[in-house]
Amino acid sequence: MITLKVNGRDHQVDAEPDTPLLYVLRDDLALNAAKFGCGLGQCGACTVIVDGKAVLACVTPMVLLEGKQVTTLEGLGTTADPAPIQRAFLDEQAAQCGYCIAGMMMRAQALLMRNSSPDDDEIRSELEPHLCRCGTHMRILRAVRRAAGLMNRADLSTESGAIR
Amino acid sequence: MNTLVLDRRRVLAGSGALVVSFSLGHAFAQDQAAPAPSPPGSLKTSPYLDSWIRIDADGSITVFTGKVELGQGFKTAFQQVAAEELDVAFASLKVVTADTALTANEGYTAGSHSMQDSGTAIQNAAAQARELLVAEAARRFDLPADRLRTENGQVLAPDGRRAGYGELVAGDVLHVQAQATSRLKDPATFKVMGQSVPRVDISAKVTGGAAYVQDMRLPGMIHARVVRPPSYGAELVNCDSSAVEKMPGVVSVVRDGNFLAVVTEKEYQSVKAMRALSAVAKWQETARLPDQDDLFKVITGLSSQDNVIFERNDPSVVGQNTIEATYVRPYQSHGSIGPSCAVAQLDGDTMTVWTHTQGVYPDRQAIAEMLHMPPAKVRCIHVEGSGCYGHNGADDAAADAALIARALPGRPVRVQWMREQEHAWEPFGPAMVTRLKASLDREGKIADWTFEVWSNTHSMRPGGAGCMLAAQHMAQPFKVPAPKPLPLPEGGGDRNAIPIYSFPNAHVVHHFIADMPLRISAMRALGAYHNVFSIESFMDELATAAGADPVEFRLKHLDDPRGRDVIAKAAQEFGWRGDQKAAPGRGFGFAFARYKNLAAYCAIACEVEVNRETGRARLVRAVAAVDSGQVVNPDGLTNQIEGAIVQSMSWTLYESVSFDQRRITSIDWQTYPILRFSAVPDDIAVHIINRPGQPFLGSGETGQGPAAASVANAIANATGKRLRNLPLTRKRIKDAIDA
Repeated sequence: MITLKVNGRDHQVDAEPDTPLLYVLRDDLALNAAKFGCGLGQCGACTVIVDGKAVLACVTPMVLLEGKQVTTLEGLGTTADPAPIQRAFLDEQAAQCGYCIAGMMMRAQALLMRNSSPDDDEIRSELEPHLCRCGTHMRILRAVRRAAGLMNRADLSTESGAIR
Repeated sequence: MNTLVLDRRRVLAGSGALVVSFSLGHAFAQDQAAPAPSPPGSLKTSPYLDSWIRIDADGSITVFTGKVELGQGFKTAFQQVAAEELDVAFASLKVVTADTALTANEGYTAGSHSMQDSGTAIQNAAAQARELLVAEAARRFDLPADRLRTENGQVLAPDGRRAGYGELVAGDVLHVQAQATSRLKDPATFKVMGQSVPRVDISAKVTGGAAYVQDMRLPGMIHARVVRPPSYGAELVNCDSSAVEKMPGVVSVVRDGNFLAVVTEKEYQSVKAMRALSAVAKWQETARLPDQDDLFKVITGLSSQDNVIFERNDPSVVGQNTIEATYVRPYQSHGSIGPSCAVAQLDGDTMTVWTHTQGVYPDRQAIAEMLHMPPAKVRCIHVEGSGCYGHNGADDAAADAALIARALPGRPVRVQWMREQEHAWEPFGPAMVTRLKASLDREGKIADWTFEVWSNTHSMRPGGAGCMLAAQHMAQPFKVPAPKPLPLPEGGGDRNAIPIYSFPNAHVVHHFIADMPLRISAMRALGAYHNVFSIESFMDELATAAGADPVEFRLKHLDDPRGRDVIAKAAQEFGWRGDQKAAPGRGFGFAFARYKNLAAYCAIACEVEVNRETGRARLVRAVAAVDSGQVVNPDGLTNQIEGAIVQSMSWTLYESVSFDQRRITSIDWQTYPILRFSAVPDDIAVHIINRPGQPFLGSGETGQGPAAASVANAIANATGKRLRNLPLTRKRIKDAIDA
């Protein structure tokens, strides 16, 4: 048994210690957002945030995460009450099949938490580990810029942009 | 319809048949005398209105489509079309996609046919349903139908009386065959169609909702991984699975001939067990793959059936200046970001398969054949997967799941392919060769044109159990069916091989190759990607020979007015000028096609930068103009065209499947690199030429060919060197610059 803190709640997980975080999230905790794309850390579809940093969940064994804060897309907001990054992706309709999108959003969220006004080159280089096959890149870049704007706006304080 | 509704109908309306004949006689009296042409779109094959639209007594409306959502936004577009013609609010109805138990059989969601087939069927079915409801209200109100109007799911009379659709739709009123023509709304009055309604599926996708077959968790579900052979045709000669069977969580090792899989309680256990099983499986490999470095010789060296598919002769026109060129396309991967996945459950004598296939009915037939079950006992339900861009591993994963589920009755089995399995075993987009030859007359116009294309088929979709890996690998295997060329006018390897331009002399040959050295099938745009790349590259070569501007040169050879409009629009929005000169290290490129010569029109102008030191090319900006007939969702169309440009640019600059003498060696994103963010353009602009009231023209694949050719033309413009072998890699560009 390992205790994992995911989206602010403690979970007792009964899985073999070498199990990658991705499988714990999807199989044990029934969370959908982090996706299996390659299992090799090459595509970014599984990205979540651990202690404020973007992490590839498919190559991160669960045993390394005890005592750390794991955040998935589900922890940011909901359909009824979307976080700025979710609002921005909805506003820009920044998805085609959408399979890569949750991972993209989590890395963008991690970027915006440490740099609230990244320039275009910073956004691109941050997203470099992520693949999108539908060719939605233009919209993804726009959505990240829009999210930065939303997070910086006075009526959406840093609190609502931060992880809940 | 439930029993209550049927009873109510009997009470209120008497015989359903009477209602129908009255209604149709009233609504479509003007059509009675004419001989009956068939109704439009997929109403031809599924003519009953209630195959498409169901209205329940409580007024709730469900629209059924036999097509699937693949991330193109069809679910939303269909909902818009139905809401518009029914005169109800967009949010008040829901759309059910392909399910063999619920929806019409619309074959595959492929070939940019969905709006044309299903969208048209839904539009006409909705219009006719609305007409029937108005007729029924007219009867009840004892008023002529033309005094009534509809609004928000109700029929309204001038005196204030009103009846909801739910009240009017007694019994079988929609169980009637569609008429050939419908009274469609005037596009000028559209409220929902033509609007960029946000897609209904995106909200779940950005909040972690269950959105994909990968996200399914059925009670008692177990997890399977397949151990695929290391190469095509390999035989499993020895596999002692006793140690694997003792591993934690292992439910079963399933073996059927060369089909090998392991099933576990938890998902990661299946990954570990698969690796262990893979280590003890001993295979005998026999594959002999061709030389990947000389695809021209490989492809043109295979025996072919040669068909002249177009011929035009005008001996009065003779060319002077003749040029020739050969273009080669490698095998390319669909490269879905999510490897294929499926869930299957055998419950009693019924097999249910949840799959991201593009064709639930063909899959049902193939799976039933594989399992020796009656098709009626197999149900295939589409659930979204990762984008597929054609025939990827989806159908194979569905077959895997069904075969494993048969061995474990009662339990839902989820099969998830691994990355290397998707890359090595998906059916690739076929390698192709084209050879072009043309002459210019004294005025610099094309006098004669010869185009030859060598290609495999572009569809090995099921089509029978033999199309699926599991069925090929079973102890009693199914044979891969003989490949067939896809018929024109849509074509396969010869898709878009016939030029849209008017040339006085033209000769087009399709060399159809039956032998398939690599497993291949349909990939977005099929042969049109390479044929348009070839034609539009060659048009630029000819324009250069004629000393003409590429845009002017195209217009000089094109009669089609809608084609001329998209070319003019793209050129104008890009700021294309005959005397333009790109900045040093940059080039401009232009290309145009009408997909299949019968679907959407697309012209693209672009700017590319080329680093002369490294050979690296980057698409800087692209401007597209597209005409897809009546537009339903402009933002959805824009999204498709943006995606087509970016994806095609990745195919064109980077992508080729690699293999050695035995095995596929491009098995992940390291060995099959695709576009990453550092190479994404600065800007893409899409300009839509809307054609209100015109038929829907499929647009999901129309950008692939023009995007490829416009990039190649821009590279030629930047470097002065013409590259004809795809992909246009850094090394090939550098070598051309240095040559």
